[in-house]
Amino acid sequence: MMHDTVTTPPVLSLRGIEKRFPGVIALSGVDLDLHPGEVTALVGENGAGKSTLVKVLTGIYRPEAGQIEMEGHKKAFASAHDAEAVGIAAIHQETVLFEELTVAENIFIGHAPRTRWGLIDHRAMRARAADVLARIGAKIDPAARVGDLGIASRHLVAIARALSTEARVVVLDEPTAALSAHEIEEVYALVERLKAQGKAILFISHKFDEVFRIADRWTVFRDGALVGAGRIADVTEDDLVRLMVGREVGQIFPDRVSNPGDVVVEVEGYSHPTEFADISFDLRAGEILGVYGLVGAGRSEVMQALFGVTAPSAGTLRIGGSAVDIRSPADAIAAGLVYVPEDRGRQGAILGLPIVDNVALPSLGALSRKGFVRMAEEFALARDYTHRLELRAAALDQDIGQLSGGNQQKVVIAKWLATKPRVIILDEPTKGIDIGSKAAVHDFMAELAAEGLAVIMVSSEIPEVLGMSDRVLVMRGGRIASALTRAETTPERLVRDAAGYAP
Amino acid sequence: MTDTASPASRQVPDRLRSRLGRAIRSWEVLLIAVAVAVFTFNALASPYFLNAWNLSDATFNFTEKAMIAFAMALLIIAGEIDLSVASIIALASTAMGAAAQVGAGTPELVAIGLGVGLLCGAFNGALVTGLGLPSIVVTIGTLSLFRGISYMVLGDRSFGGYPTSFAWFGQGYVWWVITVEMVIFALCALTFWVLLHRTSFGRQVYAIGNNPTGALFSGIRVRRVKFTLFLLTGLMSGLAAVCLTSRLGSTRPSIAQGWELEVVTMVVLGGVNILGGSGTIPGVVLAAIIMGMVTFGLGLLNVPGIVMSIFVGLLLIAVIALPRLVTLVRARWA
Ligand SMILES: Nc1ncnc2c1ncn2[C@@H]1O[C@H](COP(=O)(O)OP(=O)(O)OP(=O)(O)O)[C@@H](O)[C@H]1O
Ligand SMILES: [Mg+2]
Repeated sequence: MMHDTVTTPPVLSLRGIEKRFPGVIALSGVDLDLHPGEVTALVGENGAGKSTLVKVLTGIYRPEAGQIEMEGHKKAFASAHDAEAVGIAAIHQETVLFEELTVAENIFIGHAPRTRWGLIDHRAMRARAADVLARIGAKIDPAARVGDLGIASRHLVAIARALSTEARVVVLDEPTAALSAHEIEEVYALVERLKAQGKAILFISHKFDEVFRIADRWTVFRDGALVGAGRIADVTEDDLVRLMVGREVGQIFPDRVSNPGDVVVEVEGYSHPTEFADISFDLRAGEILGVYGLVGAGRSEVMQALFGVTAPSAGTLRIGGSAVDIRSPADAIAAGLVYVPEDRGRQGAILGLPIVDNVALPSLGALSRKGFVRMAEEFALARDYTHRLELRAAALDQDIGQLSGGNQQKVVIAKWLATKPRVIILDEPTKGIDIGSKAAVHDFMAELAAEGLAVIMVSSEIPEVLGMSDRVLVMRGGRIASALTRAETTPERLVRDAAGYAP
Repeated sequence: MTDTASPASRQVPDRLRSRLGRAIRSWEVLLIAVAVAVFTFNALASPYFLNAWNLSDATFNFTEKAMIAFAMALLIIAGEIDLSVASIIALASTAMGAAAQVGAGTPELVAIGLGVGLLCGAFNGALVTGLGLPSIVVTIGTLSLFRGISYMVLGDRSFGGYPTSFAWFGQGYVWWVITVEMVIFALCALTFWVLLHRTSFGRQVYAIGNNPTGALFSGIRVRRVKFTLFLLTGLMSGLAAVCLTSRLGSTRPSIAQGWELEVVTMVVLGGVNILGGSGTIPGVVLAAIIMGMVTFGLGLLNVPGIVMSIFVGLLLIAVIALPRLVTLVRARWA
């Protein structure tokens, strides 16, 4: 595809970038230009090479071939520090922060404001951190320990960190995954501001609505190669999807006729000293219950309490009519209730272990006889479930840490579905999953629900909540703000109930 | 657009490389090469080395330590460590010695040795998993504590007078040059290999070592598994105490002094990541044999003990630095 006449010369040009890993060519001959004051959207399937490109740009990986030019000068990055020094800042898909440090320290690590004596000026640092956080509309205490924050808040901290440097090129790798409508608006506003300041922005996303809303240019990757680029005004969503997937994608949400069975889960008066209060709801077999709310509304906290990770201060849980005392995830799994966590890097996946071991881990009891694991069955289970979720990997004995973000997510979902639970709680199940595979995940969920599985789906994606749920709970400030039937659920209603006011 | 295959038709293969392909790239193969080199060097350097009885004697250099190393390997893979193992030997041996003074028979002595080991392991495990203390600190504390008790009981005396049948463990032969200890070593190796590589318990150990939070979220009772590992390490230290006491025929409070470091060296040389998460039992077996042969070979050459410990130290550093150096060099030349 021809490029249009370019108004401004690019700040950053990539030519012929190549990167290989055992069993895959992650990038092959990639050319890309980023222009000041413009947002370039980068889309592609899970494993297409988007994050690999970001890592090449930020000096984390060295390409095997190709050139990086910054304003016409050739650059080679030996480390992440080099890339930062020439003015490239990135928010990575998997945010890496220092858990033991405060929010302010994380934001300014490596370039903290100093006092006259050369010591870190903590007061100035906190004030400036509060400033940056306010600019992105994040309500986070700069003095809080990062280890105590939820995944979405960490993401906001990472965004703040990238903005605290004076970068000319800003790369955002799925910055809105798992943020809710409210925070997403703040991110968009922020991108607009960066654009106005003349920064070149590379924006990676699986959400087409936002691509069309904020991008000026588009780029599509498939299997490590650039398969098209141009101006966003000249393209339609269908064009992009076809380029991306190489086929038409049918509807993303299955047609479901739900016929709920008996009540399986009854939650009554669940409370926690600080996170949530007075949570009561029930759920029937075959039903999908959506749970919507803003970041910090306490959705994940409630779910983790049900799963036995944290102890509630009050409340009862019944599964199948009998009260269960769940004190640990092991108890929950034994009772047939499982939880697919949102934070896949820390809670969902065991990075460092093969895909097959990850899938088998919570099912080991069923996969072993007298404690001895039957390895052929481990592989059979992993093969079956990952195939249904359209996993792309070099091999099942590959370290899960080597997979692309979306593919890791598929393994984590597979791992929990493979336990054949009665009740499954999915926390942001399609976070980071591409449009084609999203349909596969939704179909699988619908199919299992039809077989009688009770599903709780925590999601910040309004279309997903609307498209999948039989009923919806909206949470606000640790409480249930409203319980909606399918007919009552509209995007406006969700946003209003979650925020507590009409925006 | 040539490739229009739908993603659903892609089948992910089970393994990236064949079994052989993976084996060739493994740490164990490197260890085998090292073992062959050490063996050849020893055979050339000393005329006494290639003698069945000498070789049989040489195994005492590693059999007892290796018993502990197997359990320690699991503990380190799970992200914990026990530095009190040698002190557990001292305490268990002292307890056996005291019992022997009042006429305990061999079965009672063995039970006491193993029992004290288990108790010490339980104590370490309770402090680490119950109170959430870091194992390195806890076991440095119990390292002093356990041996301190031995010193308190024995002072500069020693216990002897073990029943003659007790000598079987450390001095007995099963057949020709095959010692009882070799058989115990082999049985332990097999048991721990099965435990780590073939059972769901082993899978859980790896999961905990790679990501304790993720393991908890996967329904693993992390504290219970870790406690069990401390128990096992205590038990194997007790077993080593039985063998060593039986072999020496007496107990001094300085028994097995410094062994904790040799055990940890063995484990790390065997390819277990000191930060947890990976490692194999065959690697530890090979490392044990290599260390035993190196010490024995240097002994035959009349190299003083201090030089040996320098050698072992250098070996350890070289082995840990090697993979790191390889990546650094690769990055330079890339
Ligand atoms: N460290 C690594 N070792 C081996 N393979 C890797 C490694 N990192 C990435 N890959 C492979 O490179 C390919 C591209 O991965 P990448 O993370 O760039 O995908 P992505 O486009 O960001 O996908 P997603 O949308 O899921 O985030 C994948 O096939 C992945 O498995
Ligand atoms: Mg990615």
